[in-house]
Amino acid sequence: MTETTSSAGNDDVFEYLLRLGDDRLVLGHRLSEWCGHGPILEEDIALANISLDLIGQATLYLGLAGETEGKGRDADSLAYFREGVEFRNLQLVELPKGDFAFTIARQFLFDVFSLHHLEQLQRSANKELAGIASKGYKEVRYHIRHSSEWLQRLGDGTTESHNRAQKALDELWRFTGEMFAGDDVDKQLGAAGVAPDLDEIQTKWRAMVSDVIQRATLSIPSDTFMMAGGRSGRHTEHLGHMLSEMQIVARSHPGAAW
Amino acid sequence: MADANNGETQWPLWEIFAQEGEGAPHEHVGSLHAPDAELALQNARDVYARRGSIVSLWVVPSVAITASPSDEAGPFFEPGADKVYRHPQFYKIPRGIKGF
Amino acid sequence: MQQEAEKSPDETALNERFEARIAAGETIEPKDWMPERYRHQLVRMMSQHAHSEIVGMLPEGNWITRAPSLKRKMSLIAKVQDEAGHGLYIYCGTETLGVDRAELVDQLLSGKAKYSSIFNYPTLTWADMGTIGWFVDGAAIVNQTVLAKASYGPYARAMIRICKEENFHKKQGYEIIATLASGTPAQKAMAQDAVNRWWWPSLMMFGPSDADSPNTAELIRWRVKRKTNDELRQRFVDLTVPQAQAVGLTLPDPALRYNDETQHWDFGPIDWDEFWAVVKGNGPCNRERLQARRDAHENGAWVREAAEAYAAKHQRAQASSAA
Repeated sequence: MTETTSSAGNDDVFEYLLRLGDDRLVLGHRLSEWCGHGPILEEDIALANISLDLIGQATLYLGLAGETEGKGRDADSLAYFREGVEFRNLQLVELPKGDFAFTIARQFLFDVFSLHHLEQLQRSANKELAGIASKGYKEVRYHIRHSSEWLQRLGDGTTESHNRAQKALDELWRFTGEMFAGDDVDKQLGAAGVAPDLDEIQTKWRAMVSDVIQRATLSIPSDTFMMAGGRSGRHTEHLGHMLSEMQIVARSHPGAAW
Repeated sequence: MADANNGETQWPLWEIFAQEGEGAPHEHVGSLHAPDAELALQNARDVYARRGSIVSLWVVPSVAITASPSDEAGPFFEPGADKVYRHPQFYKIPRGIKGF
Repeated sequence: MQQEAEKSPDETALNERFEARIAAGETIEPKDWMPERYRHQLVRMMSQHAHSEIVGMLPEGNWITRAPSLKRKMSLIAKVQDEAGHGLYIYCGTETLGVDRAELVDQLLSGKAKYSSIFNYPTLTWADMGTIGWFVDGAAIVNQTVLAKASYGPYARAMIRICKEENFHKKQGYEIIATLASGTPAQKAMAQDAVNRWWWPSLMMFGPSDADSPNTAELIRWRVKRKTNDELRQRFVDLTVPQAQAVGLTLPDPALRYNDETQHWDFGPIDWDEFWAVVKGNGPCNRERLQARRDAHENGAWVREAAEAYAAKHQRAQASSAA
């Protein structure tokens, strides 16, 4: 471990890694639900690729989380043997996949956040974390190309696609505040040079999101009440259902290897 | 915005050329459907480059390709085969010269 | 199918030249002259193959969200994704014969086209993911290795690419089964149960027995197929029996025994009534599989239209700004 992590406190780093890992695990899982059901074969393949990238990233973050915690838990035990209230992902990523417009709009909003977040996280004082972020950053640069190009096609396509895309943005908007809410963990790790400043990321996020939404001939939803709670384990009702499906086999055979 | 065809649309076909490693030629690897060049490129990445090793991709609308006539492959290509003077073996070098 | 009763002298000559090329082992390319019947047989066979890949995504896709470890989850997604890719390669190969993918997809969704009967069986436990990789992909590899030498260039090339990618499918399946077989008693029982359910349907994958396979002789003469259904089935059995023994699982066939004389594994009779019932649409999941594909197609229509409308608009915009 680097010196900075010890001064930042292992508990905070563990917590932070769970957030990074859980966002990607849950979103990757939601994307994988499209596999075999996409609007066209080429898109089945694209969504599966993004899902694989995200679950791959999650595996690395959760693996490092387990090491940081030092209680013998690995990525699998963290993914499969935690309750919903122990998950630290944004509520945004746990919402059911919806239609293709919902999936693309959600992906886009998250990708922009992830892009700017990881861009800075590559310089984290926690070197292992920085390494994982740097691998993820490359992948997210492609993800954002996919989601932003698609958002433009849906927004500026047909009346139906425009309406669906706008509706998706309107529904999702209240889940975006949580990305930048920040708490003590962010503050502590920010001071230790482990985590980036969320205000700065929010400014960049806002600029890029506005730009693409405008090009997509869609409008930015008016700021509304923002949901929060995922970071502290208070989720929507959807996460429990998702996890009960995801964890069923692993939990039915405790101690088994797969 | 009226849609031209009632759900029975078919995106145009694109031919994909991939370069496997720097300096290698772009070779035809297959085709796919995409509505425009940008998505053709993205789809090509996922369909034909998802196992790594590809460093560059070209996407070309299939309709843009003009092929040589297959029924006349004989007259079209065979005349090239008997132009011995195009090949270096045709020419003699005086004895005694090494490493020409 | 057109009657080829009265061939013009020209066509007779072309036909002779075609047969000579086939006999010489040459590769037929899309723009080459070919008998209508050859084209027809290829479209039928290749589209069935492509449809099988696409419908084949569903039984395994069914377990992606429940895969018991992150590694298994990723392998399974990658595998199902490959199946989409393989369907796509073969559809593109079929398109070189002058049939649009949209038309082929319509034939699948309307129930007119066939696909491999194996995908009409349900996936009931996680062990099915192992068994499908081991048996179904194993059977597919036996088939496809031979098809990679097919006389039609685009089909053969698609097969070469597919064979390269498919090897991991069988290996990951066998690894799952081997892990379960050496795991807890419940895991081992799960593996044995899956093997019992998938063994016979896997043998049926090779299609009807040679005596009842009307197309085989012609396809072999044209070097589209290089081995008969029964030959391929035997090869699969010979390969698989020792693999089952190696992981301590049994195959559900009391008649299975090694024949020293033929040096092959003899096996019991296949229940062809079951096979034909499934082919005719009465398998356990025929309706569900087709409905899932129809839903995906119908729910995706507005997406495909949107991208097309966007492309048209922006092409116009580009054209007018260039003018």
